[in-house]
Amino acid sequence: MKQEVLLGDEAVALGAVHAGLSGGYSYPGTPASEIMEYLIKASTRENKFVASWSVNEKVAYEEALGVSYAGKRALVSMKHVGLNVAADPFMNSAITGANGGLVVVVADDPGMHSSQNEQDSRYFAEFAKVFCFEPSNHQEAYDMTRESFELSEKLGIPVMIRMVTRLSHSRSRVQPRPPKQQNPLKYGVDTDWILLPVHARRRFKLLVDKQRDLISISNRSEFNSLQINPKNTILGIIASGIAANYVIENYTDGHEQPSFLKMTTYPIPEDLVKKLVVHVDTVLIVEEGYPFIEKNISGVFGVAGKNIHGKLTGHLPSTGELSPGIVRQGLGLDALPKREIADFPMAARPPQLCQGCSHADTYRALNEALESYSESNVFSDIGCYTLGALPPYNAIQSCVCMGASVSMAKGGAEAGVYPSVAVIGDSTFAHSGLTPLLAAAAANTNMTVFILDNSTVAMTGGQPTFLSGEKLAKVIEGIGVAKEHTRTILPLPKNHDKNVLIMKQELDYQGLSVVIAARECVQQARKIKRSKT
Amino acid sequence: MKQDIILAGVGGQGILSIAFVIDNAALKQGLDFKQAEVHGMAQRGGAVQSHLRISDQPVFSDLIPKGAADMILSVEPMECVRYLDYLSPEGIVITSRSPFVNILDYPDIDKVLGAIETVANRVIVDSDKLAKEAGSPKTQNMVMLGAASPHLILEEANLREFIRVLFALRGEKMVEMNLKAFDLGRTAANKG
Repeated sequence: MKQEVLLGDEAVALGAVHAGLSGGYSYPGTPASEIMEYLIKASTRENKFVASWSVNEKVAYEEALGVSYAGKRALVSMKHVGLNVAADPFMNSAITGANGGLVVVVADDPGMHSSQNEQDSRYFAEFAKVFCFEPSNHQEAYDMTRESFELSEKLGIPVMIRMVTRLSHSRSRVQPRPPKQQNPLKYGVDTDWILLPVHARRRFKLLVDKQRDLISISNRSEFNSLQINPKNTILGIIASGIAANYVIENYTDGHEQPSFLKMTTYPIPEDLVKKLVVHVDTVLIVEEGYPFIEKNISGVFGVAGKNIHGKLTGHLPSTGELSPGIVRQGLGLDALPKREIADFPMAARPPQLCQGCSHADTYRALNEALESYSESNVFSDIGCYTLGALPPYNAIQSCVCMGASVSMAKGGAEAGVYPSVAVIGDSTFAHSGLTPLLAAAAANTNMTVFILDNSTVAMTGGQPTFLSGEKLAKVIEGIGVAKEHTRTILPLPKNHDKNVLIMKQELDYQGLSVVIAARECVQQARKIKRSKT
Repeated sequence: MKQDIILAGVGGQGILSIAFVIDNAALKQGLDFKQAEVHGMAQRGGAVQSHLRISDQPVFSDLIPKGAADMILSVEPMECVRYLDYLSPEGIVITSRSPFVNILDYPDIDKVLGAIETVANRVIVDSDKLAKEAGSPKTQNMVMLGAASPHLILEEANLREFIRVLFALRGEKMVEMNLKAFDLGRTAANKG
């Protein structure tokens, strides 16, 4: 088969297709979105399968679990914080077990390029007691995805693939292998999937008992490699995933490489770690994310007679993303020659709302409407409109997690905040803003919810949404928000004064009101226009 | 034989299109490559950069170490300056001189060009003018690829082939316009 140029995310997706995938599910989120983008394109081409965006990550996970129970192979992908949303089915599916291979791909974002935190999904894999791969390059992303399906079926549990931004969004060559056919449909439900305490206790014991098998698979995995340098007993290095590349990079110039364990599987391959540690005095652990391996190895007491160095000991930074230069410093090698840079007044160029974006008009009107109140809180959410935090708008005061704006505005109002305002996009609203609005409607909380309906998931590249336009208005009415306090505005500069007035009326109203600011995303409009010409 | 390139510009200027052409040309020549790019939030009108590494040996790190880039290829002059610390002491700068001003505190353009002129090895191109000459200001990215092409370890014919592939779906007129932009950039660079 021909080599292909693929993003890391796409290498995972192609690996899944070639493993005989029957169902793929996801919710958009950087840096994971391209997995599903690729699956959707591939789903109609070869060996047809289902690939679809879901309402949120929890739903996506459960849809995938349903496919797995039916004996077929399923993949669910999401960004790291998406796994928080899907944590419930994830943790429990480890106990029910998988039937057809179930692979959960989680893309972490060290350095927070496009995220609110840099949580490390390897802890989730350990928490749920499932096997986890951490690819270091594109070929491994492809190969490990295929292997994950095999392993998931062999062990009867989900398998996680931990990606990071730098691999997800890097392109390179991948050599594919001949594809497999999909699994046949299987019916039959047994008690394993009924997590009543009586079954859950039995199943959990089984999962715990499997852990020795997981470690032994990790020890023997062809994806790990241990090179002992017999001449150097001073320093040894353990590096995982893409961090391993940064180590190797620094020894391509002829420096002699110390003993090196490249680790790409979890639970930690204990035998390999022991072989390295007994050989050297000091072990440097290089890992992207939290000091997961380091903590596992050094524990509370450390390793007697050995120095375990890493992020906990300050030999590498505990926050942010690694780079070849940072790792070089940690390895104690001489710095690369540096160019003299003249003093220059460099200006930052932060991301910003596009020219003509509807959110800009909404924020200008909202800022003006709020001027007549001495105090107010604007709880915002996650999407392009979060950029309303930046100048010239400075319009919002929070961004926590998907859907939080509505619940926080309710809490704020109940604590006495007035006006208490929520700002949320149409897709984020469908994801997890709808449920808190149900409660606010039942209580008729004194708050105003702005739903910025641009009919797309804009920030992640324009994926489809489930709740927009007329359907959105009907849902708002259906859950009991007063019809006269559900207002729709068209956010355009020419409507500014009219929109400010409507906003003021609803902010003044002592009860729950919803303002839908509806105008199509300019990027999407352009894309649609282009596809028609 | 290796070439480590920092591609720079502003979101929307078509940095990833340049990368597409180079990646595929490298693949065709049997070279290994890795190309790290920026998606998501940072893309919206912000500074965008891509690390592009080509080699006849395996490429390990997706990121270029600071001080090791052989080339900075930038579609915007200030964005070129932003990454000068990545350039190796012998490295070359290929940059547009046409500023993209979407911020209030854009520095004085003469200072920007002055900073670029501290690099001995440099090609500075009026990409805005040449792109308009080619038919659209949006072809600045291909002008800059053309300007870089004499200095790349890739064959011109392969670059041209993948410009064709990239724009094929948008019609022959688009293909021709972008090839013209490439040629104008290449000629301008050769004139020095």
